[in-house]
Amino acid sequence: MNMIQAINSAMDVVMARDPDVIVMGEDVGYFGGVFRATAGLQAKYGKTRVFDTPITECGIIGVAVGMGAYGLRPVPEIQFADYIYPALDQLVSEAARLRYRSAGEFISPITVRSPFGGGIFGGQTHSQSPEGIFTHVSGIKTVIPATPYDAKGLLISAIEDNDPVLFFEPKRIYNGPFDGYWDRPAKNWSAHPAGEVPTGYYKIPLGKAAIARAGNDLTILAYGTMVHVAIATVEEAGVDAEVIDLRTLVPLDIETIEASVKKTGRCMVVHEATRTGGFGAELAALVQERCFYHLEAPVERVTGFDTPYPHSLEWAYFPGPVRIGQALKKIMKD
Amino acid sequence: MTGEPRANLPPLSLHVPEPKFRPGDKAEFSDVIVPPAGSGRRPDPAEPAAQFHELAYGLVRVLDDEGNAVGPWAPRLTPDTLRRMLRYMALVRAFDERMFRAQRQGKTSFYMKCTGEEAVAVAATMALQRDDMTFPSYRQQGILIARDWSLVDMMNQIYSNKGDRLQGKQLPIMYSTREGAFFSISGNLATQYPQAVGWAMASAAKGDTRIAATWCGEGSTAEGDFHSACTFASVYRAPVILNVVNNQWAISSFSGFAGAEATTFAARALGYGIAGLRIDGNDALAVYAATEWAAERARTNQGPTLIEHFTYRAEGHSTSDDPSQYRSANEASDWPLGDPIARLKGHLVRLGEWDDERHAAQDLELAELVKRCQKEAEANGILGHGLHQPLDTLFDGVFEEMPWHLKEQRAQMLAEEEASGRPWALKS
Repeated sequence: MNMIQAINSAMDVVMARDPDVIVMGEDVGYFGGVFRATAGLQAKYGKTRVFDTPITECGIIGVAVGMGAYGLRPVPEIQFADYIYPALDQLVSEAARLRYRSAGEFISPITVRSPFGGGIFGGQTHSQSPEGIFTHVSGIKTVIPATPYDAKGLLISAIEDNDPVLFFEPKRIYNGPFDGYWDRPAKNWSAHPAGEVPTGYYKIPLGKAAIARAGNDLTILAYGTMVHVAIATVEEAGVDAEVIDLRTLVPLDIETIEASVKKTGRCMVVHEATRTGGFGAELAALVQERCFYHLEAPVERVTGFDTPYPHSLEWAYFPGPVRIGQALKKIMKD
Repeated sequence: MTGEPRANLPPLSLHVPEPKFRPGDKAEFSDVIVPPAGSGRRPDPAEPAAQFHELAYGLVRVLDDEGNAVGPWAPRLTPDTLRRMLRYMALVRAFDERMFRAQRQGKTSFYMKCTGEEAVAVAATMALQRDDMTFPSYRQQGILIARDWSLVDMMNQIYSNKGDRLQGKQLPIMYSTREGAFFSISGNLATQYPQAVGWAMASAAKGDTRIAATWCGEGSTAEGDFHSACTFASVYRAPVILNVVNNQWAISSFSGFAGAEATTFAARALGYGIAGLRIDGNDALAVYAATEWAAERARTNQGPTLIEHFTYRAEGHSTSDDPSQYRSANEASDWPLGDPIARLKGHLVRLGEWDDERHAAQDLELAELVKRCQKEAEANGILGHGLHQPLDTLFDGVFEEMPWHLKEQRAQMLAEEEASGRPWALKS
């Protein structure tokens, strides 16, 4: 399966098991979503469980919070993560805090799916990576898969979780892994082991990272599309790097990170989001706090730039193999 | 860069609304149109929303100036029910008085009265079922009181004491009880609106029989959440009652800043294809009748209703507000729709079912009841007198299971308290 099919399969499997799971969002019903992630679900589960919504992100999330308070498990889709900002208040002030402020009497078991990230010539409004805004918020979980296999297992866990979860889907790798070279032919998940996705039910726990590539000389912390770009780059550079696919940013798997950095002595953080105040800063701070005496070089951050996401200059903005390669040289020189 | 006006065109001007009266002015309400009680048509609850526009622009009233209940909206309640309604409203006022004073005595940080608006929550709640879900704003304490909720429980929350079911995590008066079908209050405005619609949609999707009701102030109708909620409610014919409490003031901004100069708030419903009723919010029987009508509409799958309760906030916005700084001194006393408690009392007296002596005795009894409850609640502690919850509850409930970073921060906090030598550090 590709990642879209895996995500579709996750919803299918959970909806078949739990009649309280409902899917809602712009275009998700009859049409099956602009990326086809919800294709076939309405035909299978009916219009009261899979339905289109008005174009109001604040309404979609607010309604989902109310449905969650009733006892359902809504899976709202925000069509592009760039459009999540009108829903920010409902996510940050409501969903994320409901359990806390009601001392557990009301909860928000919602899973917000949203395609994010660049590399598809989507310009400023179809390319952003807003995860850092949400990892800063107490009470909401952030999950980002890097493979179809993980996407399905993580999404099932997210839907069954009793806390609000943001499930950001890296749309650049919906159809296949991506090595960071935009002018090379795209690869297909069918030739990739993580494209082998069981049709049935399985879960990948939230809060557990994966070692995407084992290595000894450097630890690269990445998630989503950047896992694939990092692996391609280190293999070309001949650096024996360990690439950790974080899978969930909150809760974070600090044990895996700490063990790896203490082993390798070097750490690089890679993400597409803008640099200042990004999640990479949190990762760098954590590594510095916990592994300082094991470090042989300063923690490097490779990120998008602090500009709005450009359209025509997308590939100059994108943290591809060239930017990662230069950072590799810098961090490996000592 | 500003443009120079073209010589052959009149310059444009910006309209900034201004209330008619400010401090020092004598408020005078002759321009407020108060139609006779009983004059509003009562459509069948199944009638399409488009067929009664006049009700969204008019003012449905039941109680006339002599205390009679007149016209097609008169709900024909028994004297016992009317007395119960009066008692709840008087209890809300007694509770507010006592808790307002408690705040002034430094026993808690904050309080919000609903003086003059008691009918809005009390009468509506009595027209709903006990398990219909309510998504209130911060001035509907009358819902809990009309559901016979424990006053001590409410006070514990106000004091954030050891009996507070919310573990001191919420501002005073931001109650929350699942059992009371009272959704956790948010300080962010109108966020409860789409949530109520979502709850109602879920109830409909599951074939339940319960409906939802929500309340916001007229100022909050400017929030995007309000409009998203109306769209959703209309699109899916959600079994929900959308109440707008038009009490004329959003802190110091008069209703003109929410659009009241141009239209009514009930008329907001019309563009959405929602049934809109504008009612006299100081008339408990009108509130009851409108809610009963809207509930029947919702329960029979005819969709949502938006009710504008035309009322007046007789006191400040909260204990942190001084209304004498921005509005005329006689506004509250001269409000043309009177006081909701006095009006309902007058109706019962007119029916021969109540009198001044009984009313005075009830006021005394309620004041005593509230005082007793206050004593009981204060035995659990008041805000500011040490810590009432075990320290580590600070970290409970951020997530269902506590992740490592919160465990680390909890340990850090406990170590800090240990090091501080403060007496409560030793407790947990």
